[in-house]
Amino acid sequence: MAGAHVHALYRHGATRLHRLRPQTKIAAAFLFVFAVVATPREAVWAFAFYAVVVVGLAAWAELGFRFVAIRLVVIAPFILAALLFPFIAGGEKISVLGAELSRSGLWDMWNVVAKATLGLLTSIVLAGTTEIPTMLRGLDALRVPRVLTAIMGFMIRYLDVVLGEFSRMRVAMRSRAYEPTWFGHIRPYATSAGAIFVRSYERGERVYLAMAARGYDGHMPAGATDTAAASEWIAALSLPALAWLVTALAWWWL
Amino acid sequence: MHIPDGFINGATAAGFGVAAAGGLGAAIRQTGKYLSERQVPLAGLVAAFVFAAQMVNFPVVSGMSGHLLGGVLAAVLVGPWAGFVVLSVVLFVQSLFFADGGLTALGLNIVNLGFLGAVGGYAVYRTLLRLLPKRSRSTVLAAGIAAGIAVPLAAMGFVLQYAIGGTSDVSLQVVFTAMMGTHILIGIGEGVITAMVVAAVVSSRPDLVYGVAEYTGLRTEAMT
Repeated sequence: MAGAHVHALYRHGATRLHRLRPQTKIAAAFLFVFAVVATPREAVWAFAFYAVVVVGLAAWAELGFRFVAIRLVVIAPFILAALLFPFIAGGEKISVLGAELSRSGLWDMWNVVAKATLGLLTSIVLAGTTEIPTMLRGLDALRVPRVLTAIMGFMIRYLDVVLGEFSRMRVAMRSRAYEPTWFGHIRPYATSAGAIFVRSYERGERVYLAMAARGYDGHMPAGATDTAAASEWIAALSLPALAWLVTALAWWWL
Repeated sequence: MHIPDGFINGATAAGFGVAAAGGLGAAIRQTGKYLSERQVPLAGLVAAFVFAAQMVNFPVVSGMSGHLLGGVLAAVLVGPWAGFVVLSVVLFVQSLFFADGGLTALGLNIVNLGFLGAVGGYAVYRTLLRLLPKRSRSTVLAAGIAAGIAVPLAAMGFVLQYAIGGTSDVSLQVVFTAMMGTHILIGIGEGVITAMVVAAVVSSRPDLVYGVAEYTGLRTEAMT
């Protein structure tokens, strides 16, 4: 099972990056990635700067090389797709090692690989330094509708339970000699998924009733409001501000 | 698979982000009619189910495996707007926690997989139900065909976004052909599985299936 469990996404630590208020981190991450995406692709120096920033943050957060490298694998299919660009893009052709490649296709490839990798690294640093309940509090502070963060909280809390049901069901099927090798063997998988939906739904009803019995009226009790001080916002937003400055410079010089 | 950062330019991504936020706000108001905050735990469990189903791989042919996308499945099981909300929550968490799908591409992914996949797919399902004979078997068939159509529909969403703000010089025609070719195949698999899952749920708890309740005129107990 591709069971990358949610708690494995966080790297325990006590660095300043871990302690920063989540709302400032989330806002900074979004603003930073937007700056990266808005940068003209020919400004290679700007991407070198962004890379130094995110790798520096990952090192500062003590995430560790292995942790980051394993999580970077998510991007592999897109890198493969991007590798095709020089072959299928139109425009002027140049000869590289005997192969006719499109010049703009090569730039396209570089553009996607650089921006997707930098975006992914930013996400890894954000998720690696922010525990899930903390992240949800941050989203609340950023005024994401409460219904959404509440559903998110329940989903994350029960994800491992539902995944566990899938894997138990699979073990039970295997022990009865079900060993699917191609799509024609899909029916037992689909039937078990249907059964797990019914169980998940019924669990949802039980959870609701149990919570109602403890006084739940559709609203989670609001925790102490956790506002970030102006100084904290300034500290967190200084990096994306710098990144936007670099983006502006990159456009100006081109 | 979700769009990462950099495939679509920043302005387009931001525009779709605004559109996705607006659509999500409207969907939350819509679901308020039948998915009140009271049922938040229920929606959370359905989201966990969709997420888990996406993580469990099954073999397609030797050496290749696939997984469920679940847009139409969620829409038929809990309703189009609740399905959209559930799918968006899944995409949000995948992007924010799992780094699956870029942060700037979140709006693009929510529009394609959440809106086109769930709400668009449900519109196809409704239309098919009107055309098919009024039997409970029809709901299973309609769900399967709608899921099969919703996958290339979501791929069309990407092609549209690429046409507006694609960052590469690959011609729109090539992108369109590649996306359609692969996603029609993926859609066939998605359709078959969706039909089988819906059939399994209908045979044990038909009262839980929103799409069936709508067809029979009965409201599901938990969703009213």
